[in-house]
Amino acid sequence: MSAIIERPEPVTVASTEPLLAIRGVETYYGKIVALRGVDVDVHRGEIVTMIGANGAGKSTLMMTICGDPKARTGTITYDGMDITGLPTHQIMRLGIAQSPEGRRIFPRMTVMENLQMGAALVEPSHFDDDLRRVFDLFPRLKERITQRGGTLSGGEQQMLAIGRALMSRPKLLLLDEPSLGLAPLVVKQIFEAIRELNRNEGLTVFLVEQNAFHALKLAHRGYVMVNGRITMSGTGMELLKREEVRAAYLEGGGH
Amino acid sequence: MMAVTSANTSPGARARQEENRFAQAVRDAAIAAFLAGVLSFFFIGFRTDIAPGGLSLKMRWSAWITAIVVVFVGRLLLNLFVFNRTWSGSSTKPRSATVSERLPDLGKWLLRAFFIFALVLPFVAMYFFPNRDRQFIDIAILIMTYVMLGWGLNIVVGLAGLLDLGYVAFYAVGAYSFALLSTHFEFIGFWTALPLAGMLAACWGLVLGFPVLRLRGDYLAIVTLAFGEIIRVVLLNWYEFTGGPNGISGIPKPTLFGLEFARGEGSFASFFGLTYDPIHRFVYLYYIIFLLALITNIVTMRLRALPIGRAWEALREDEIACRSLGINTRNTKLTAFAIGAMFGGFAGSFFATRQGFISPESFSFIESAIILAIVVLGGLGSQIGVVIAAIVMIGGTEALRNLGFLTYIFGPGFDPVQYRMLLFGLAMVIIMVWKPRGFVSTREPTVALKEKKRIGADLVAQGEGH
Repeated sequence: MSAIIERPEPVTVASTEPLLAIRGVETYYGKIVALRGVDVDVHRGEIVTMIGANGAGKSTLMMTICGDPKARTGTITYDGMDITGLPTHQIMRLGIAQSPEGRRIFPRMTVMENLQMGAALVEPSHFDDDLRRVFDLFPRLKERITQRGGTLSGGEQQMLAIGRALMSRPKLLLLDEPSLGLAPLVVKQIFEAIRELNRNEGLTVFLVEQNAFHALKLAHRGYVMVNGRITMSGTGMELLKREEVRAAYLEGGGH
Repeated sequence: MMAVTSANTSPGARARQEENRFAQAVRDAAIAAFLAGVLSFFFIGFRTDIAPGGLSLKMRWSAWITAIVVVFVGRLLLNLFVFNRTWSGSSTKPRSATVSERLPDLGKWLLRAFFIFALVLPFVAMYFFPNRDRQFIDIAILIMTYVMLGWGLNIVVGLAGLLDLGYVAFYAVGAYSFALLSTHFEFIGFWTALPLAGMLAACWGLVLGFPVLRLRGDYLAIVTLAFGEIIRVVLLNWYEFTGGPNGISGIPKPTLFGLEFARGEGSFASFFGLTYDPIHRFVYLYYIIFLLALITNIVTMRLRALPIGRAWEALREDEIACRSLGINTRNTKLTAFAIGAMFGGFAGSFFATRQGFISPESFSFIESAIILAIVVLGGLGSQIGVVIAAIVMIGGTEALRNLGFLTYIFGPGFDPVQYRMLLFGLAMVIIMVWKPRGFVSTREPTVALKEKKRIGADLVAQGEGH
């Protein structure tokens, strides 16, 4: 593993202050260190991907952004505001929405109720507009509106998880392994929807993935995480071409 | 003779059958009844008696006709509700949906009938069972108390998904609050103490809630169990304050706008010009608990449709997802504990005023277990399920007291009352085998675009989201 470790390159696109800036974040589970000083920038209107193997700390980083667990050192700045010490529910009210790992939709509640839970914190008058927007993006959800979440297929559940996150009108969407356990065709649909969201609405997306090929192709910029550290960064295409990335994450083809 | 002509229908006739299913069912039942009549004519219709000089033959028309009617009705019901799948052939509807789809208003009408029955129950008892009316009303009060407790616990366990094994603690807090307030302060009666008892119980709900915020499932259950026991043990040992094992007696009875239910001047009976009858007080008590239970139900139903209620349900489904949506899980849990505890407190002060005497003995763990059993047997989160379960559990155990007929089977030395709890446990096991998610396992969605659709528990694998 040590062969592919190098210093992260300085970010070149930093024209304005990033929407999300993670600086030197270290996170522990008890005494076990999960993140060993992570620096990540997510700029407005970008899709940023973090790839890494199982247990590299990707999901921990995602959860640390949400304040659970909290970073022991380092700072997380969102929209110019230090959110490192804030409780989770307050962070999520600032315009950050997350589609958590494993989707975590509410299985006994209907699709409609799931979406309504997503809108729990926003002005109720937006609800119909937001609902239409989600249904435009994922027409399948509209067909399933009265069905309960647990009866949906994996892909539909992922759509629901993203749709639920979008119902809170986020400025920053955090996606934790949206391709997990999905058929390649469905993965393509989901990623297409993310690209559409970003292109049409300028939504900023921070994505954590194991499916390196699709995720890097989708992303403007990417990071590679190994063992709680960022080992590489660059544009999505750059990273895709890197020999180390190909060897470690794309072996056997990512198609 | 029941297993005649039900499934031997050609596939081509199925569409037609679907339309006039009822006529089909009636015809089939009539055939079955006819066969039953023919077959049972000699077996049931005749009776041989020993007569001087041989046997005499007697006709038993009523028994024969009863048998035919039983077969007809039974067959008709089976056709309509049980043989449904063979009748509708290749229908793709899930089985659970068919009864409610065919009779969409049945549930609503049953509920209304049920409600009206509960409303007039004391008068029914007084009119039809003038000698046993007090006993019936007493059982009805008991069942209603458990319905209310079940509804209160349903908020915590059924909606918010927090397994609480110490619910009886709040019942005890409510009862002791009222008992202590009313015995120490002259001016405090039932109606003034009721809100205070509810508030105090809610405070204790918060006190319990804070330390268990981070616990889930089994761990939460153990801590709440301990909490319930702590309250009981404190009540038992704090002799100067609570009277310890002697309890508190002389708790005032409830009054109706200052009118007492007693003999003499200024009482309810003399005010309305009635002759004094102790049953008045029981009827009044019944209506108090009926009203309190109704309030519990209405508040719960309203809350379920509000953001806080949806947050409870979401919390039950997935706590992490809840947090990721920006829901303050701490406050959501605390409100569930507090509101559940408040209703427990109301029920507790009702219990105190009904009994006139309380002691820690009434608040043992078995009470928590029974209340929880009512909620679980009824179907977590279902309001009507709680009612059914309370009737089965409490009414059932009371009915088991009247098992005198069993002495005919097991001999005169048999004491059926001793087997009450055994049968009770057996019934619970059977219910859980037969209906693993409780009597009412469907969940009515709180929002819908066009039409509401019930959500059957059998559509999802066991164990998902409880």
